[in-house]
Amino acid sequence: MYTQALNARDDAPAIRPAEELEQEARFQARVDAEERIEANDWMPAAYRKTLVRQISQHAHSEIVGMLPEGNWITRAPSLRRKAALLAKVQDECGHGLYLYAAAETLGVTREELTEQLLSGRAKYSSIFNYPTLTWADMGAIGWLVDGAAIMNQIPLCRCSYGPYARAMIRVCKEESFHQRQGYEIMLTLCRGTPEQKAMAQEALNRWWWPCLMMFGPPDASSQHSDQSTRWKIKRFSNDELRQKFVDATVPQAEYLGLTLPDPDLRFVPDESGDASKGHWAYGEIDWAEFKQILAGNGPCNRDRLAARNKAHDEGAWVREAALAYAGKRRARQAA
Amino acid sequence: MTTTSIRVVETPLVLYALRRADDALVLGHRLSEWCGHAPALEEDMALANIGLDLLGQARSLYSYAAEMEAAGHTEDDFAFHRDAPQYRNLLLAELPNGDFARTILRQFFYAAFADLYWRAMMASPDPTLAAIAAKSEKETAYHLRHSAEWVIRLGDGTEESHRRAADAVAYLWPYTGEMFEADAAERALVDAGTVLDPAGFRDAWDKTVSDILAEATLEKPAAGWMQQGGRSGRHSEHLGHLLAVMQSVPRAIPGATW
Repeated sequence: MYTQALNARDDAPAIRPAEELEQEARFQARVDAEERIEANDWMPAAYRKTLVRQISQHAHSEIVGMLPEGNWITRAPSLRRKAALLAKVQDECGHGLYLYAAAETLGVTREELTEQLLSGRAKYSSIFNYPTLTWADMGAIGWLVDGAAIMNQIPLCRCSYGPYARAMIRVCKEESFHQRQGYEIMLTLCRGTPEQKAMAQEALNRWWWPCLMMFGPPDASSQHSDQSTRWKIKRFSNDELRQKFVDATVPQAEYLGLTLPDPDLRFVPDESGDASKGHWAYGEIDWAEFKQILAGNGPCNRDRLAARNKAHDEGAWVREAALAYAGKRRARQAA
Repeated sequence: MTTTSIRVVETPLVLYALRRADDALVLGHRLSEWCGHAPALEEDMALANIGLDLLGQARSLYSYAAEMEAAGHTEDDFAFHRDAPQYRNLLLAELPNGDFARTILRQFFYAAFADLYWRAMMASPDPTLAAIAAKSEKETAYHLRHSAEWVIRLGDGTEESHRRAADAVAYLWPYTGEMFEADAAERALVDAGTVLDPAGFRDAWDKTVSDILAEATLEKPAAGWMQQGGRSGRHSEHLGHLLAVMQSVPRAIPGATW
């Protein structure tokens, strides 16, 4: 997840020296053999650039993603929920740190990446530009957003770049815990009072379509997939992952007694003859809305960036103090 | 209009547990307000961590209060269905976060007491309180280290951080005295040997605070007038707002399970 905004094409130089082509062939052979590429290994500049962009977008998404859920930490309706939500948002922060560290192995600093986020140049997942309006959103986000994230991230555990793949293994373990937690919130609401169940349905109505958008544009218009697939950064196409997600989620919604907000949703059996096998076909996704969100016009784009900038600006004096103190201490120790 | 507030029969032991639980919950809640907004990601993690520890302490203490009260109340009844005047926390815990310096100094003053207090309370003849103390002490030892290190960095950092830290000390100081107070109800438990007199920790607290403030090049305020009232439910203006936010969801749908 969280990397759907990869829409700009890298410019590849037209003529390259033979030596580089050889290196590239050796590199591709290692990738084809499912070997992991490590930080000090030779890699094509475009591979490095793609990874920096993908990993940093992922890191930014974790950090910005703290905000919509953080919005409900102070209003969680029981102490157990409060502790779980606080721990979850803390996990996301940990994922962000972990991923920035993975990106740093490729030769960028966290400060540079942070600056890209704060200035609005870097992308993060579109999903976090939607508001969290009721407590049920904490259930819907855990169930659907984290569920979609897992669909995207499990294949990344086998990504050709070692530090990213290893980071994803840990991230996925925590995400799947978050997803169960979210589903359990939904289940509790659906078994609760009529008001609670209505709250759950209303949250599902708002989050369903944005979650389908999380997988990125349809394969027909996705520009990065081919190269990323050859490099074994990406293992499945956007549409494949989206379909997997829909197929997994439909029965879960049914179990909750909730209705997915898609009148066109229908089961299409495959050609095996077994009527239980097949896929859930879904309706048209509003890609115009997706484009608007990526362009900065989502309901919360401005608020999210403003919140990150505020934390950064208001924290400047603290970071300066820590540096100044460390400097003084070094000077004293040297004296 | 119906109310969803509960009534608690505050025997000395129930009151004791609620006071400590409320300290932990309210302070933990304040720390959780930082999540996503801290000066560095590492501090988002650390403050959330400390908040989680305090939340855990609060839950254990509420459960114990519920058990001692034996009126069928739960931890959530205590947290979400008491009004501000029924809360028994220290005023110090409810004060708004302010800037990072104020949050850190508030944590430092509290942890410097709580760490000593829980360590000593491990010897309580009440096995539940002794167990809660043992768990809490491990946590507060870290809270104290974390906050003390920041007090030193801020005090001895830049001119601005020093000024902010000094302002925080001055603002918070009148709220530190309440930690050492015990009323008649608590004194009864002290006399029975169940709990320790918080006044007995004043000198050791004073030494920790003096040492760290000195290292931070911050001036320790002279003894002066101390605010109190939280322990008996007379709070600052801030607690009502905190509770209005915290309790809004369960109070909106009474009787629901979350």
